[in-house]
Amino acid sequence: MSNDKISVSTATRMEDASYSRKILAAKIFRITICVILCIISLFPFYLMIINATRYTKDIETGISFIPSGFFIQNWNTLMEKSAGLGTSLWGAILNSAIITFPGTILTLYFSTMTAYGFFAYNFKGRKFLWAFIMAVMMVPGQVTIVGFLRFMQTLGLYDNFLALIIPAIAAPTVVFFMRQYMTGAFSLEIVEAARIDGANEFRIFNTIALPLMKPAIATQAIFAFIASWNNLFTPNMLLASPDKATLPMFVQQMRTEQFTIDYGAIYIGLFITILPLIIVYLFLSKYIVAGVALGGVKD
Amino acid sequence: MATQTVKKHKTIEYGRYGYLFIAPFFIVYLVFQLWPLIYTFILSFQDIYVKYGDEINDGFTLTKNYASVFVANDGTASMAIRTFGNTAIIWIFNFIPQILLSLLLAVWLTDTKVKLKGAGAFKVMVYLPNVITAASISILFFSMFGPNGPLTKLVMDLGWIDNNRFFIDNAAPTRGIISFIQFWMWYGNTTLLLISGVLGINPSIFEASDIDGCTGWQKFIHITLPMLRPIMLYVLVTSLIGGLQMYDIPSLFNVNMNTGRGMPDDASTTVTMYIRFLTKTGNFGRAAAVSVILFLVTLILSVLFFVFMGDRDKKAKKKG
Repeated sequence: MSNDKISVSTATRMEDASYSRKILAAKIFRITICVILCIISLFPFYLMIINATRYTKDIETGISFIPSGFFIQNWNTLMEKSAGLGTSLWGAILNSAIITFPGTILTLYFSTMTAYGFFAYNFKGRKFLWAFIMAVMMVPGQVTIVGFLRFMQTLGLYDNFLALIIPAIAAPTVVFFMRQYMTGAFSLEIVEAARIDGANEFRIFNTIALPLMKPAIATQAIFAFIASWNNLFTPNMLLASPDKATLPMFVQQMRTEQFTIDYGAIYIGLFITILPLIIVYLFLSKYIVAGVALGGVKD
Repeated sequence: MATQTVKKHKTIEYGRYGYLFIAPFFIVYLVFQLWPLIYTFILSFQDIYVKYGDEINDGFTLTKNYASVFVANDGTASMAIRTFGNTAIIWIFNFIPQILLSLLLAVWLTDTKVKLKGAGAFKVMVYLPNVITAASISILFFSMFGPNGPLTKLVMDLGWIDNNRFFIDNAAPTRGIISFIQFWMWYGNTTLLLISGVLGINPSIFEASDIDGCTGWQKFIHITLPMLRPIMLYVLVTSLIGGLQMYDIPSLFNVNMNTGRGMPDDASTTVTMYIRFLTKTGNFGRAAAVSVILFLVTLILSVLFFVFMGDRDKKAKKKG
């Protein structure tokens, strides 16, 4: 009897051992793949930073993983070359900020407002209008650009930042997200209590609904800001004056002939344009990574 | 029941405020998005072009713009058709590896038996490329794979290629690198979406399958994949719509900066790049016609996917 028991327990132990060895092998294999993927994700940025510190002639001779001492010199070359572009690096950052900050604020305020309108009130045609928002959510802006461009020319808004800022008021995907969030985290009883206290509807929205929506607004703010900051296609179509270039349009200039021979200056230019986003990402990555999953569960 | 009617009554009483709250959105949407869309349709039937620097509008034309979009003068495939082909090729070679790798990673990162430490840091790192300005990323890759680029040099030193301009003088490597950049930028995003999908599956289903002695592969094929179908459909449709509008990466990777057309020989010109080229050269009618076709293709493909997948869902339910 006792002999049997022993043999059984040894067998399970041996099974356990081979099982945990299997797990360990799988773990090592998976971690290796994940580490390789991380390296692939970061490598181009690493190479960019290293090359930003190297002498152009050295960069042309081959790859290196050790920084060199030409950072300042490359920086000066970049400043010299970009002086002839019409928009300086700082000007481009300023232009991008002038478009992105008001645009993001408009998107968030009016999207929350629209979502609140659908959430808190019952009016005729509500279902139809909501279905309309759902239907147009997937229509990409690029397909309307020709009509938009011609229309802006008629309105006199071609080559004007307003043509890039005002449309931010209507962002169907953000409205959709906001309403979803409201359904889960917002109770109409607070609104009714405020009404009894005599607050008017817009005051209720501004002082009660908006603060309650802070977490959702913060998440959407990050994504709206990044999308607008990185946008190349729309400003490229709508802006013409050399002094109105946004940051991505400034970056675009680095592909022109003025720069093609000077890799050091190109790498440092890319480094400077990417740096603010990397810093923002370092601080907000937790929220961004969590926000991606939130935005995705749409059904 | 009684309280419900009271509540309903109250919301209706305040209902008119609802219009005020949604009015700004709808006004701006109608003026700045819906009207431009309709106007694009109208423009696609207008014979507008630029001749000797002057814009000429020859008025209404039913077929001229569309005919020139579909048929080239010399009988070969028209530029528009070619750009749709380029876009499709670049998208497919980005999407297939992307969805496969993302599925694998989603399963790995949610596996409770083989727990991976540092999964959070991993997610943050693979998502990083998605946040960075695509314009900068495109130029970064061009600097690495262009003539005298460090990676071109590396591959030459290994003896795999013998030409400094290998990556930019051939269609396949140029498209391949654009596909890779798209894949590299987006697989982190897809992985995060699929992970949230896997986490949404009721864990008791996996527990039951464990008791039944299912292998990991069986669980993946018979539980994870079918349960992930809605979110995979979402990923597919959004990636497809985004892919059809692909602009930033190809427009700065291997292009003629004077015309904005992809090299070599238009092999990397996408639909939106072509629309921009037509617009900048004053061919508004043709640009509008290409836009309308792009819109219709986008619409048809997404509707097809939803109908197809919806049907399969219904059938599966009937079976069950």
